[in-house]
Amino acid sequence: MAILLTDCGPGRRRRVHGMLKLYYGLNEEGKAAEEPESLDPCDINGPHFDPELYLNKLRRECSLAELMDQETCMVKQIRSLDSDMQTLVYENYNKFISATDTIRKMKNDFKKMEDEMDCLSANMAAITEFSASISGTLQDQHTQITKLSGVHTLLRKLQFLFELPARLNKCLELQAYAQAVSSHRRARCVLQQYSHLPSFKGIQDDCHAIMDKLAQELRQKFRDGGSSAKDLSECVELLLQLDEPAEELCDKFLSHARSRLESDLQGLEAEIRPYPSASAVKDASARRLSSTTGAGSLTNNSPKTNTLPSPTSNTDILEFIDRGCNEFVSSLCLVITSYQELFINHAQTGELASKNIPQMANAKLHVFVDDLAARYFSLVERRIQEEKGVGDNSLLVRALDRFHRRLQAVAKLLPGSTVPNKGTEIVIRAATERVKQYLSALQSFYMDSLTDVRQALATPRLSVAGASVAGGGSLLGGPASGRDAPTSLPELLSSLSASILNQIKSVLASVHLFTAKDITFSNKPYFKGEFCSQGVRESLVVSFIKFVCQSSRQFCESAGDKGGSTPPALLLLLSRLCLDYETSTISYILTLTDEQFLVQHHSPVTPVTTLCAEAREAAQKLLNHYVKVQGLIISQMLRKSVETRDWVNTIEPRNVRAVMKRVVEDTTSIDVQVGLLYEEGVRKAHSSDSSKRTFSVYSSSRQQARYAASYTPSAPMDTNLLSNIHKLFSERIDIFSSVEFNKVSVMTGIIKISLKTFLECVRLRTFGRYGLQQIQVDCHYLQMYLWRFVSDENLVHFLLDEIVGSSAHRCLDPAPMEQSVIEVICERG
Amino acid sequence: MKMEDDAPVIYGLEFQARALTAQTAETDAIRFLVGTQSLKFDNQIHIIDFDDENNIINKNVLLHQAGEIWHIGASPADKAVLTTCYNKTSDSRVVSCAAVWRMPSDWETGSHESPDDTAHNPQILELLCHLDDSAHGNAACVLWEPMGDGKRVISLADNHALLWDLQESSTQATVSSTATLEGKGQLKFTSGKWSPHHNCSQLATANDTAIRGWDLRTMSQIYCIENAHGQLVHDCKVKFWDVRNVQEPVKTLEEHSHWVWSVRYNHSHDQLVLTASSDSRLILSNMVSISSEPVRTLSGRRGAQAKEPLKDSVVSTYEEHEDSVYAAEWSSADPWLFASLSYDGRLVINRVPRALKYRILL
Repeated sequence: MAILLTDCGPGRRRRVHGMLKLYYGLNEEGKAAEEPESLDPCDINGPHFDPELYLNKLRRECSLAELMDQETCMVKQIRSLDSDMQTLVYENYNKFISATDTIRKMKNDFKKMEDEMDCLSANMAAITEFSASISGTLQDQHTQITKLSGVHTLLRKLQFLFELPARLNKCLELQAYAQAVSSHRRARCVLQQYSHLPSFKGIQDDCHAIMDKLAQELRQKFRDGGSSAKDLSECVELLLQLDEPAEELCDKFLSHARSRLESDLQGLEAEIRPYPSASAVKDASARRLSSTTGAGSLTNNSPKTNTLPSPTSNTDILEFIDRGCNEFVSSLCLVITSYQELFINHAQTGELASKNIPQMANAKLHVFVDDLAARYFSLVERRIQEEKGVGDNSLLVRALDRFHRRLQAVAKLLPGSTVPNKGTEIVIRAATERVKQYLSALQSFYMDSLTDVRQALATPRLSVAGASVAGGGSLLGGPASGRDAPTSLPELLSSLSASILNQIKSVLASVHLFTAKDITFSNKPYFKGEFCSQGVRESLVVSFIKFVCQSSRQFCESAGDKGGSTPPALLLLLSRLCLDYETSTISYILTLTDEQFLVQHHSPVTPVTTLCAEAREAAQKLLNHYVKVQGLIISQMLRKSVETRDWVNTIEPRNVRAVMKRVVEDTTSIDVQVGLLYEEGVRKAHSSDSSKRTFSVYSSSRQQARYAASYTPSAPMDTNLLSNIHKLFSERIDIFSSVEFNKVSVMTGIIKISLKTFLECVRLRTFGRYGLQQIQVDCHYLQMYLWRFVSDENLVHFLLDEIVGSSAHRCLDPAPMEQSVIEVICERG
Repeated sequence: MKMEDDAPVIYGLEFQARALTAQTAETDAIRFLVGTQSLKFDNQIHIIDFDDENNIINKNVLLHQAGEIWHIGASPADKAVLTTCYNKTSDSRVVSCAAVWRMPSDWETGSHESPDDTAHNPQILELLCHLDDSAHGNAACVLWEPMGDGKRVISLADNHALLWDLQESSTQATVSSTATLEGKGQLKFTSGKWSPHHNCSQLATANDTAIRGWDLRTMSQIYCIENAHGQLVHDCKVKFWDVRNVQEPVKTLEEHSHWVWSVRYNHSHDQLVLTASSDSRLILSNMVSISSEPVRTLSGRRGAQAKEPLKDSVVSTYEEHEDSVYAAEWSSADPWLFASLSYDGRLVINRVPRALKYRILL
């Protein structure tokens, strides 16, 4: 201890505790770590410390001052160590004293305890001895008592068994079926086990008989079905416990439910009997008739109900769906709930679960629900099909919404059922059907509008004049009285166009209800995507536009073959309508649709350009046809006038023939008509005095006679050389060719057709001198008036030249009339 | 294989002309007959011989002094016999007549000896007999029995169809039976065609806008297509009808921009149809869908799989004419050759394009 010299500070204190621990045998960790440094003999705290070496080292290495310091430090340390040591010794001394006292006390106590323990063990031995002797004496009685109690229980059981039939009967009387069943269940196994004993056999047979009766009664009760759901479920439970086959029970339960649901369905069906009142559509009733004959084979009572008059048949669809939801769908939900309660949830826990009853029951339920739902759906669909009036769509949408909403309940009750999907399909079908109906409504509206327009066009001028005079005479101005079209064409066009557009808008608004946010099915993917793009845009709007174009084209075809049943003014009007469609209306309608329905074009849709092209084509076709029809009307007049006259023996012309005046009149009125709807168009500049032009060809045919004389004296030269040369250098004229969308082009087309007919007819006739002169007069007259209508007056000149030239050729005595005389005649009118 | 087609051959008459026929009885030489229309000069019949190898035309002219020719028909049995319908003017009245003629036997030799002479001194047709019956009005056309023995002709006169028997080498003609068009107004046959089918017992006629079929054995009407076309039977359309069902045309062609005056099936390959129109065009169409030729099976011939079945189409539009084309005819000697005649007297001879020809043949 004397050599325990340490450095100052906490290190020293730690060292002290370490030593104490060492003393009390408490091993300190980290001791091993200190081991190597303690090997140093100069470590003052190390175990191998060598004072000599340390001193020598100090003396060698340190200066005097350092040595002095070292010495002071050392002295200080030694002093503090001494005091520490003293404190330690005091502390430990006290502890030691108290420890010695405790040990002494313990020694005394243990001594006492030992004595008591000895006493206890002696007592215990005595007790054991007594106990053994007592039990030895009581042994016999104990076994006897056990035996007796065993017999007692057995007897109680036997009594139960013997009383069982009576008890069961009593239960039966009191209708305490549950008690009876539980009693019987308890006895069943025993009876079964001892059934070889005649007495037990008897009991068993009795029990069986009673239980059979009970089961019978239960079944009866079950079958009657008048009892409440709770009763029913108890019934089912008991029957299940009586080993009644679960499958049969399910079937019975379902068939019982079915009869109730079917009465609901019949109630519904009664509402869609054909009602003979006003609005029944014939074909609809025919379809209904065929559908009932089809259903007749399924349900025997359908003919019976068929004959029943249905007083409430005229309910609207919303009421019908309401009734369907409230009666059928809610009953169905109830049935599903109680059925699941009985056969599925309940059976899941008991021993029944092992028999796969839940699965079986579930399958049965699905079949049942699907079957009934299918019938319900077919009724709903039939009812929906009756919704033909397209006036108010909101009722149908609301009905469909309710229908769809209520089916969600079934979906919740019966996950995995196809019913909600089928319901959605019905809604989708109804929606598409609706779209179809709207399309056909639009189409018939369009056709009706056309009929109206046709009537307006066909109304005799007088009555219209009268009507408009009544309405306000200002409509009939001066120029209007000379018109061919009785009612103003632009007005008709704009009113037709506006009414179609309005109709489309209102139809769009109606159809838009299907996608309203508060409608449950509007968030189905179908209604978000396909319905908008394929349904509304393609099937409705695009189809309608196509229909307009197509029906226009049909006007061209039917009229062409049957000689023009469509009034030309209608053709013209439709052509302008189609052209307007091409330029603006189509893109307006489609933009409107796309905006309203936020169409996301997932599926390819008809582009606007295609429709526009189609509309333009229709417009072109109609205008071409208009030109053709008008051309043919004028041609017909000219042809008849050429064919029916004896041109050889005619008198010297004094007048322009009336037919030519008529031709000019008609052409003028056509010009007015076309001008109402089409722009003027461009025409080639013409000479200031076009009407005064003389016929070069006729004069040239005189020239040509000179030619023939001078150049080909030997060969007869009968061909109109100059005319041929003219043809050689002029472009070929296509008579029935496409026209442009302007008045001048249209008029040019009509005049071309008329004059070409004139030419061909002239070539089939033979003329006398005056015949030729009459043609000269007529052609001059036409020349005076027709040039102003066409784009290139040279065309009129050329064709008229040809006519006069040809008639000169076909003339037996070609002596032409003097130009001045012709002019005089023509100016006289 | 070179597919270049020969250029059309053009021949110009000095007169206007509407009547054209192939010389039906001639199966070796390619020969067409053209009748002219002139009110002032003697009318002519031009016999146009086409030399296929040298691509040149030889002509001979016969005088037809009776009047201007509106229709011409060649006997199917005798090369030298032909019929014409012509207009005769007398006492400032124009009458349409029909007659059977014989060409002088030496017209061919004559032309070869002195080709220049023919123009000035043409030979004259020999009249065999008139097909006129004063009771039956103006003749519109005369039709020879197709493929017959040259003894039977039909003439259409106003509203009568007259079936004639030619006897004594065609010098005598007697009416064997007649059919009359009855109805309101002044009905008049405008054109007709003797059907080569059903043992030549059917006739098709046109009046106004209606087409009628007649059974020649009973001379009674067997079908009628009312309103077949627009004015007369002229509009821009060519319609193909099935006479068993005349409600709707089987096919309609709308290629011309003015009236179609003449439609001719090729005698050997009836899918080839020629149409002549007053829009101065001649159009050759390939109407495969209504051809009587059986549809060839794909596996039929070598390399046939590569061929797509031909569709109805316009084969070619011929624009050589500058006036209305009133007549077009296939050659009776060469099934791939045809002639067309426009009013200004221009006769154009064309061939079916080689590509199509080989396609049909192979």
